Amino acid sequence: MLDAVWLIPALPLAGFLILLVAGRRLGDPLAGWLATTMVGAAFVATVLVFFELLGEDAEHRSVVHHLFEWIPVGGLQVEVGFLADPLSVTMALFVTGVGTLIHLYSIGYMHGDEGYHRYFVYLNLFAFSMLVLVLSSSFLFTFLGWEGVGACSYLLISFWFERRAAPAAGQKAFVTNRVGDFGFMVAMFLIFATFGTLEYTEVLEGAGLVPEVTVTAIVLLLFLGAIGKSAQLPLYVWLPDAMEGPTPVSALIHAATMVTAGVFLMVRVNPLLAEAPDAATLIAWVGVATAFFAATIACAQDDIKRVLAYSTISQLGYMFLAVGAGAYVAAVFHMVTHAFFKALLFLGAGSVMHGLHDEQDMKRMGGLKRWMPITSATFIVAWLAIAGVPPFSGFWSKDDILLNAWDKSTALWALGLVTALLTAYYMSRQVFLVFFGEERWRWAAAAGSVPERSGGAHGDFRPHESPWTMALPLVLLAALSFVGGGINLPFKGFHQLEGWLHPVVEHGLRELHLSGETKVGLAAAAIAASLLGLAVAAVVFLVRRRQDALQPAVLRKAWGVDALYSAVIETPGRLLSAFSAFVVDQKVIDGAVNGVAALVRAGGSRLRAVQSGYVRNYALAVASGAALVLGYVVVRGGG
Amino acid sequence: MDDFPYLTTLVMLPAVGAAAVTLVPGSREKAVKAVGLLFALAAAVVAVAVLIEFDTGRGSFQLVSEHSWIKAWGISWKLGVDGISLFLVLLSALLFPIAIAGPEVHRDPKGYVAWMLLLEAGCLGVFLALDLFLFFLFWEVVLVPMYFLIGGWGYERRVYAALKFFLYTMLGSALMLVAILALVFLHQSATDTLTFDLVALGRDQSLAENTARWLFLAFAASFAIKVPVFPLHTWLPDAHTEAPTGGSVILAGVLLKLGTYGFVRFGLYLFPEAVVDLAPLFLTLGVIGIIYGALVAIVQHDLKRLVAYSSVAHLGFIVLGIFGLSSQGLQGGVLQMVNHGISTGALFLLVGMIYERRHTREIAELGGIQKAAPVFAGVFMVVMLSSIGLPGLNGFVGEFLVLVGTFVTHRWWAVVATAGVILAAIYLLWAYQRVFHGQAEGANATFPEMTMREKVVMAPLVVLIVFLGVYPKPVLDRIGPSVSDLVRHVEERTDYRQPPVAAEPTHGSHDPALATEPAAGEHE
Repeated sequence: MLDAVWLIPALPLAGFLILLVAGRRLGDPLAGWLATTMVGAAFVATVLVFFELLGEDAEHRSVVHHLFEWIPVGGLQVEVGFLADPLSVTMALFVTGVGTLIHLYSIGYMHGDEGYHRYFVYLNLFAFSMLVLVLSSSFLFTFLGWEGVGACSYLLISFWFERRAAPAAGQKAFVTNRVGDFGFMVAMFLIFATFGTLEYTEVLEGAGLVPEVTVTAIVLLLFLGAIGKSAQLPLYVWLPDAMEGPTPVSALIHAATMVTAGVFLMVRVNPLLAEAPDAATLIAWVGVATAFFAATIACAQDDIKRVLAYSTISQLGYMFLAVGAGAYVAAVFHMVTHAFFKALLFLGAGSVMHGLHDEQDMKRMGGLKRWMPITSATFIVAWLAIAGVPPFSGFWSKDDILLNAWDKSTALWALGLVTALLTAYYMSRQVFLVFFGEERWRWAAAAGSVPERSGGAHGDFRPHESPWTMALPLVLLAALSFVGGGINLPFKGFHQLEGWLHPVVEHGLRELHLSGETKVGLAAAAIAASLLGLAVAAVVFLVRRRQDALQPAVLRKAWGVDALYSAVIETPGRLLSAFSAFVVDQKVIDGAVNGVAALVRAGGSRLRAVQSGYVRNYALAVASGAALVLGYVVVRGGG
Repeated sequence: MDDFPYLTTLVMLPAVGAAAVTLVPGSREKAVKAVGLLFALAAAVVAVAVLIEFDTGRGSFQLVSEHSWIKAWGISWKLGVDGISLFLVLLSALLFPIAIAGPEVHRDPKGYVAWMLLLEAGCLGVFLALDLFLFFLFWEVVLVPMYFLIGGWGYERRVYAALKFFLYTMLGSALMLVAILALVFLHQSATDTLTFDLVALGRDQSLAENTARWLFLAFAASFAIKVPVFPLHTWLPDAHTEAPTGGSVILAGVLLKLGTYGFVRFGLYLFPEAVVDLAPLFLTLGVIGIIYGALVAIVQHDLKRLVAYSSVAHLGFIVLGIFGLSSQGLQGGVLQMVNHGISTGALFLLVGMIYERRHTREIAELGGIQKAAPVFAGVFMVVMLSSIGLPGLNGFVGEFLVLVGTFVTHRWWAVVATAGVILAAIYLLWAYQRVFHGQAEGANATFPEMTMREKVVMAPLVVLIVFLGVYPKPVLDRIGPSVSDLVRHVEERTDYRQPPVAAEPTHGSHDPALATEPAAGEHE
């Protein structure tokens, strides 16, 4: 099975191809079932690979299998190859696992949509690309997956292309990511120029032999790519807009899997990071700054999905904080738990929207606990997980990160802790506004303001629970969000994930030098921060029921970054573009060309006399001219 | 060795076809097209036969057919193919039948088809000629049919565009003719043999450095206009926009490649020293083309003009790869010539189909087409992503090779050029968004879906876009030896050396310490 790792991405690829040809004929819901089956089969294949790898000695858990030569040119030999090791298999496990659940959920969620089969075409293509990204054995093949998921993200964000905002959001995502891709590409050039190969194993083995400045440059360029893909400062702006896509897409691509690709990449190259301490520090700071910054914005959003989008940015920031602190296991740990609870939050939000006819404004929700018991119960589990309440999964992984942050720098830890408080606050705010309090959707319904619809059509105006295909993934993800922390508990004998990932990260891993008391103290601080955030939200939104409280305009407008970018980049860029096209090109360059032509024409009318019309005269002129030139060249060249 | 004169047949078939078409009565439009298509397809079959006969591991010229022509002047009919020209020949043989059969021709199909076939003969001749006189002859032959195709079958400003194209290219040709003659006579005075044979002229050279530089510049002027290299590009948007669809397909797909091919085949081969010395100049112009072409494309409101400017950017990449002077850069450049022909050819076909349906190319008048014509939109999407350079599709392989190949020799040029990759996403996606997304109004709401015939025309291009992106190895394996020979040719005649990391095949044992100085091979 280890030689058949390629089968894991190949299954969704097959699904994509079948759906491309026959998707329309299969229709609703068969197309969805086919797509789900393919990703489910990929999950089974991954589980098989996982157990086989587990059967090997820790030192032999890294298997490279080359399929065929892709781009062989001179010294550059790039193969289509797969690397099965603890890191890639962990990624593949949760990508296919969570992916299957979200595919299943989509069967119900997208039911009745005009583009039903097109949706699953894209979704399977995404699963394929994502699996290539994590399972590839070389930078370049990873880049193929990297760009593939980007393209699928673009296609799925602009899925409802008739709307005004969706295509614009898709385009913004693509272009912003391209800025990051610039970094990734130049990083690969530098890697090739330095190491003569783009294979992970060879590059990572040689990391120590290269000057620090080169490694630092490579790491920072790769990090630029990660910033784009994982929506960090300053390139995060595409992710909130990406919420224009169908909600399961937000769950799968913009929460659980694709956006973690940047974190994955940094963990993958951890031996390089170990040689570039300055870069690592920068990464930690960008991460924690993003975590804090996005959390502040999440506190003041009204759109149920936008809260979650900023929350995702913030949580990804935590992961980069972990990467920068050399805590790769903690980064992967949080990536996994985050995949569970954030996917669940999005799917829950989708379920709410489904039940409320695509309402997204939390201020027009409320009291849904009574009407949507499964959705609210599972959502509450996810809330407690992300808020960092023990023993839910998010507590363990976040605590792990904060411990490591403390070990690197107190300032990093402090900012991380404040972010934890904010996280607990904005998530509690969301839960209280949506599931508790007054049933404000009744007024909205009475006022007749029905939002733009797209999903399943229903006649009555009462919130309702979703079908089983949607409810089952919620329940399973809730279970995982609850116990997911169990893969790496901070108690002796419970470090499964750490032991499993150790061979991959041993070169880059930073040892933690904290006493037991410090660890307990820090954990207590984290719990206190979480409870404080929760309590504030409870007082404001549950007890006093003040929905509009604590929403400064600057946070509502997300610090005005979009407006800033528009003013500083977009407008000047557009002006430069217009200047190039309409002044430089048309007036200056083409003007010069036409000017010369006019000059020649004017001269020509004077010289018309020479045009006698006799061929012999022309021949004479041509011959003597050529002779003159030739004579000159021969004399010069000969002498 | 097979004695069948493949290459002569290949060049002659379309020429004969052009004559044959003129014999068919013009009133029988179907017959005209059928005869023309028959000859173009026959040429395609011969081109495929050339591919089959081609010996993959060899870098030298193959299937050479040589016949003395004007003995007294040392001029011969000499054709040959190597890895560099092979796929350009195949590309031409593919695109011409498409340009003949694909788009609607609204007037005088007889003239259209005849000119097309003559044009094909000229293009194939340019790619195959190994005699400078013969090359120049074909080079000039190309000019005339294109002039008439734009002027006769184009849109509103066709006369202006055709004349501009003609004069511009003529100017370049004149310079090149002088340079060819000078080169030949200088060679004669040095070796006492009068010959126009490319291989002989390239092999034993004794040009003074300064002379070689001037002669190269004369050649380069002609090539640079054809490519076109910034700032000699303004004929292109006019010619592209005004030409009929088939003309645009050929113009972008094949004609522009005559320029880049000329740089590789004649520039590098005949004047290696000059190329090495002047590489920074051309690299800079290439990079300017990439950025500038993309910037200008962003604000175009005519869809066809937008695609035309995208060619300026894409050809910039090819120029970059050529003057990057590494195995990867050159192979990427050659591959990208083929890729650009496929992708941009396909884009022009699609834009032509939009024009047929809506009688406008104004982006502002289009919108929401995806709803009415999902297949059309899907095909456009694939072609667009190929043009943007999405990995897994053809454009990426060439672009990546060009950039990585330039990076190892001229680092900063490659870095700036890579930024152009961002811009490509902007202009194409934005155009796509405005044309295909949003609510369809008026005639856009009833935009007819792709017809069977259009699907047949697009299918080979889409298949190649995917195939060359996933498995370019068969192509790279054939381009490779010729490019290696060419790089060696340059290295033997100059003190330029390509960095070891680009040249040697490394198999896992590469010592990173050896390659930490990527600029080691950079000239001066």
